[in-house]
Amino acid sequence: MAKPLLEFTDKGIYCEQGKFYIDPWKPVDDAVITHAHADHAYWGHKNYLAHHLSKEVLFYRLGEINLRTVEYGETVTKNGVQISLYPAGHVIGSAQIRVEYKGVVWVVSGDYKTDDDGISTPFEPVKCHHFISECTFGMPVYSWKPQAEIFTDVNNWWRTNIDNGVATVIVGYSLGKAQRILQNLDLSIGKVYTHGVIENTNEALRRNGVILNPTERITAESSKEEVRKGIILAPPSSVGTPWMRKFGPYSFGYCSGWMALRGAKRRRAADRGFIMSDHADWNGLVSAIDATGCECVYLTHGYTASFTRYLNEIGFNAREVHTLYGGEEEDSTVTEGEEVKETAPSGDVVKEEAQ
Amino acid sequence: MKAFAQLFLSLDETNKTNEKVKVLKDYFSNVPDTDKMHMLALFTGRRPKRQINSTLIRNWAIEASNIPAWLFEESYHVVGDLAETMSLLIPESPGSSSKTLTEWIAEINNLADKTEEEKKLWLIESWAMLDRQERFVFNKLLTGSFRVGVSQNLVIKALADVTGIEAPALTHRIMGSWMPEDYTYDQLVQEQNAADNISRPYPFFLAYPIQETSEKRKSAEDVGNALGDASEWQAEWKWDGIRAQMIKRGGEIFIWSRGEDLATEKFPELHPFLNALPDGTVLDGEILSFQNGLPMSFSVLQTRIGRKNLNKKILADSPVATIVYDCLEYAGEDIRYKTQSERREVLEKLQQETAYPEVFNISSLIKFSSWEELESIREQSRAMIAEGIMLKRKSATYQVGRRRGDWWKWKIDPLSVDAVMIYAQKGHGRRADLYTDYTFAVWDGDKLVPFAKAYSGLTDAEINKVDYFVKRNTLEKFGPVRTVKPELVFEIGFEGINRSTRHKSGIALRFPRILRWRHDKPKEEADTLESLKALLGE
Repeated sequence: MAKPLLEFTDKGIYCEQGKFYIDPWKPVDDAVITHAHADHAYWGHKNYLAHHLSKEVLFYRLGEINLRTVEYGETVTKNGVQISLYPAGHVIGSAQIRVEYKGVVWVVSGDYKTDDDGISTPFEPVKCHHFISECTFGMPVYSWKPQAEIFTDVNNWWRTNIDNGVATVIVGYSLGKAQRILQNLDLSIGKVYTHGVIENTNEALRRNGVILNPTERITAESSKEEVRKGIILAPPSSVGTPWMRKFGPYSFGYCSGWMALRGAKRRRAADRGFIMSDHADWNGLVSAIDATGCECVYLTHGYTASFTRYLNEIGFNAREVHTLYGGEEEDSTVTEGEEVKETAPSGDVVKEEAQ
Repeated sequence: MKAFAQLFLSLDETNKTNEKVKVLKDYFSNVPDTDKMHMLALFTGRRPKRQINSTLIRNWAIEASNIPAWLFEESYHVVGDLAETMSLLIPESPGSSSKTLTEWIAEINNLADKTEEEKKLWLIESWAMLDRQERFVFNKLLTGSFRVGVSQNLVIKALADVTGIEAPALTHRIMGSWMPEDYTYDQLVQEQNAADNISRPYPFFLAYPIQETSEKRKSAEDVGNALGDASEWQAEWKWDGIRAQMIKRGGEIFIWSRGEDLATEKFPELHPFLNALPDGTVLDGEILSFQNGLPMSFSVLQTRIGRKNLNKKILADSPVATIVYDCLEYAGEDIRYKTQSERREVLEKLQQETAYPEVFNISSLIKFSSWEELESIREQSRAMIAEGIMLKRKSATYQVGRRRGDWWKWKIDPLSVDAVMIYAQKGHGRRADLYTDYTFAVWDGDKLVPFAKAYSGLTDAEINKVDYFVKRNTLEKFGPVRTVKPELVFEIGFEGINRSTRHKSGIALRFPRILRWRHDKPKEEADTLESLKALLGE
């Protein structure tokens, strides 16, 4: 039997024919990157290939790297293997990687969501023979509400906080959730103030030509009174730090898919939990996998064991594989809270990731 | 029901005590009186009788969710709460209902004489009328596990603010056996006296620990610095039995446990002595197994707890008696306002008059003149079958609930061993979807023998680290249980140890918990079964 086009190695997903890796976690010569989150875009590869909209964020996070960027749908050929990127809807610039050789098509999903968040290019199903999918929220208890409903709640909560004279702190990951929140807030209520780590990411995206709503970076000179009338956009690592406490009294809202469960919500001790995820929910995963028409689906991270079993029971050919994905953001219940590696909010420390 | 569901959600959404009280007050101010009483009953552990057994509810929920049963079970392990799992898995429907909490509970109670088919139909229709949050509290009502993240004290505080009645009085008025169907809000807020409800116990006064764990060992000097002059205090042994309040009023007797369970019938040996007490007497003390006039270890008493029928053999093997240490009511008068010393005199007088001195024991006072002396007396606790020493300020009144200041418990340090974690299971509630429940083993030759399970004792940060370890070092999965690579060593503390035929190790521990993570110890240096058995003291 011929070797499969893509295989799972201890460095990452590998294409021997094309001599490249997809989202490798150990240094390699050629890496194709689905998106700029730390568990997918590691430092140390010789050459990077990613979507155009990931460019500035990758430079900001990884420094001087040798990066080639492409548009969605554009094809790059390596030793006869055709590589093309399709929108994954996860964060700005996130892509599914389509790989084709001699008529056999593989797609690596990276992380994805099927709902349009109004800022990331919406997910597009890609027909393939083999689909490598995440399943971070691959349990039927996860079912997301329409985004508009969630933001009605967010905006109402913000208004109530202003009425009660308390500051509003909304927490979400600096790449993805932060911009999604920013673009969907009702800015007639007040101004958006940002933590340094988020503002650095915003600036990188703006350099990339992404048009974001106006924000103001919080610095040592920021007036506490003014900030309290607006909304503070902060990364999870800032929760409970002196930086955040100085805005007290405040109400703190946490935006994450994990907020769907009461236990997880209570563990994070947020005043408000908004169920908002950049990953597909149960139905989103099943429908996305179905839409590929694939012969075989490989589940990389999330509730892989039970999701694989379920897919096999309903007629898919599914396999569980082990990878190191799922470190940076929502997948990780383990590392949260340990990820503080920042200095001052205005500082330039790039890493907010876990591990 | 909408208001009740919202109450639950709002309580979940704040961690601030003042906010919680405000939310509770809003609820009390906005719902009908009958709803207030139902809420009060639920929040103080008086839940309606379970009318549908939980296996049936579970099966119908699986059917309604349209997923395989195993996936429902997996989901339950992720969510950690059955009511919540069902509310998440049953598809949402556009229906709605304006029924009050009282009306819903009446419907639930009406199920008693319905057929299984009727119950099922009712349940499916009810789910369709409720949104997700309502469905969650509704499922909680049905399945009966009603634990809320709010203490009874907060509920009382809110009610006190709303009614203008002082919290201790309210605490007393909601003690004992009542159901919201037969106790109205008007009755609750009206002036009352003890005679209104002859079975009603007083709220228990609970001691505060002087030291929480073995790490925070307190010396005699520390105790002296905190409590002052030793002569202002009375000391007693801390008996290891069942805390009970014993009432004789209107010719009837009542025995209440700390959990407010009426346990009168469980202790027939106590009836003659209680019946012989003068009317209008309430005693506070400990029920223990006794043999030849001496208290026995809790494990002997344990053999008869939970038994529905007390046969002759059990009564003969494990006869009980009391060690009484306080008197709360005498001659029909509430004497909790009197000092400890004054109440002690009343108690001694009652005991001198009893015709049953072998059952009505009194907790003797320990003579000591300095904290140093008491510290050395405390070392004899295990030999006395006691858990340590109780300290009570001689001038103290009998107060409500756990209070710092006048009653302290100075427990002995727990026994401990170093053990290796070998199994892990996911927790519940706020520990859902995290591996928090562990089984520990000690060495028996070159084998690790499991001997105890423990759930508590680690910080959240440590739990996260152990969870991370478990997920990456799983050897096998058996349903929800994972066998993990034996590597992590923990110091396990416990209060007592007994032989057991039910456990592979041949021993059973009392109150095992994790004292600390021994990062410094490799698994080879964990303790042995032999060293554990040496603690049996036989």
